[in-house]
Amino acid sequence: MNAAERRQAFKTGFFDGLPIGLGYISVSFTFGMMAVEKGMPAWAAILISFTNLTSAGQFAGLDVIAASGSMIEMALVQLVINLRYALMSLSWSQRLGPEFNLIKRMIIAYADTDEVFAVSSARAVGGKRLRFIYMVGLMIMPVIGWTGGTVIGALASAILPDAVRSALGLAIYGMFIAIIVPPARDHRSVAVVVLSAVAASCLFHFAPVLKRLSTGFVIIICGIGASALGAWLFPVPEPDCKPPDLEERSAHEC
Amino acid sequence: MSAERLLWYTAVMAGVTYLIRVLPLVLFRREIKSPFVKSFLYYIPYAVLGAMTIPAVFSATRSLVSACVGLAVAVIMAWHRKGLLPVAIAACAAVFVTEWLMRML
Repeated sequence: MNAAERRQAFKTGFFDGLPIGLGYISVSFTFGMMAVEKGMPAWAAILISFTNLTSAGQFAGLDVIAASGSMIEMALVQLVINLRYALMSLSWSQRLGPEFNLIKRMIIAYADTDEVFAVSSARAVGGKRLRFIYMVGLMIMPVIGWTGGTVIGALASAILPDAVRSALGLAIYGMFIAIIVPPARDHRSVAVVVLSAVAASCLFHFAPVLKRLSTGFVIIICGIGASALGAWLFPVPEPDCKPPDLEERSAHEC
Repeated sequence: MSAERLLWYTAVMAGVTYLIRVLPLVLFRREIKSPFVKSFLYYIPYAVLGAMTIPAVFSATRSLVSACVGLAVAVIMAWHRKGLLPVAIAACAAVFVTEWLMRML
């Protein structure tokens, strides 16, 4: 990679991270607000957001802290809710460029969130490998958005008008849709996987008893179930393991 | 609550979360050969995103109606292969306009 390519990869990453960061603001804003409402000092809420960079785990952690739970309980809650990240890191480990040494792996691990993972995965298809410089660009706005949103929420919850917060709430989902719809349109296999995951997730959300499971668990179960179904019904053809259209789409962008 | 205890909570949360994220990346450096596992890992992002989007998207805004309009706009634009940022912005704008119209009517 020459300097111009590196700059381009960084820029691509940065702009891919922009909608993630925007979407994070509304969620982390709520986290900051709730933390302060539960009697936590603003600095603690901000520190938690900056060091954890995760939504479901932090909200659950807030409950544990408010109830003065034990450290063991806290560790277990985080383990269960965030276990899905292990799946994502495992998937990443198969798509990294050759420059990824231990330190670089340790750096990107910090930013392994659902959204960052998803966006980067969409870039690592067609035999393409993730570049470290792209990942650095990608991480910036999500980290700033997540931490900054918490700062705003903790310090001045009245700054963003309700209407804007409500609208920002859809940013993350709009992005998810942009990632899953085009390949689902082109490949029956991806469509089947997505629809089964959606069906399972609705089942867990609305069915009695099942709906008491935590969000993290539901995502793990739906993710594993639907992907296993897909791998069993439609094994991705060797050797490249990726559909051609994505290859074409992302080849010039990343 | 003491600052020290808060710092301990934060350290436990951040430590566990980071270990979950970093261990597979650091320990798993070989290429996976099994077609099933490869296909499985290929489908994971789509499955996870699908499960995370629906039904959560319906409660992401102040009203179910605006969330549905935003979702519809996002799906239509994504179907026509618009990029991440345009789709996200259009979906937010759709929510904003819908809620504004709802207040006007």
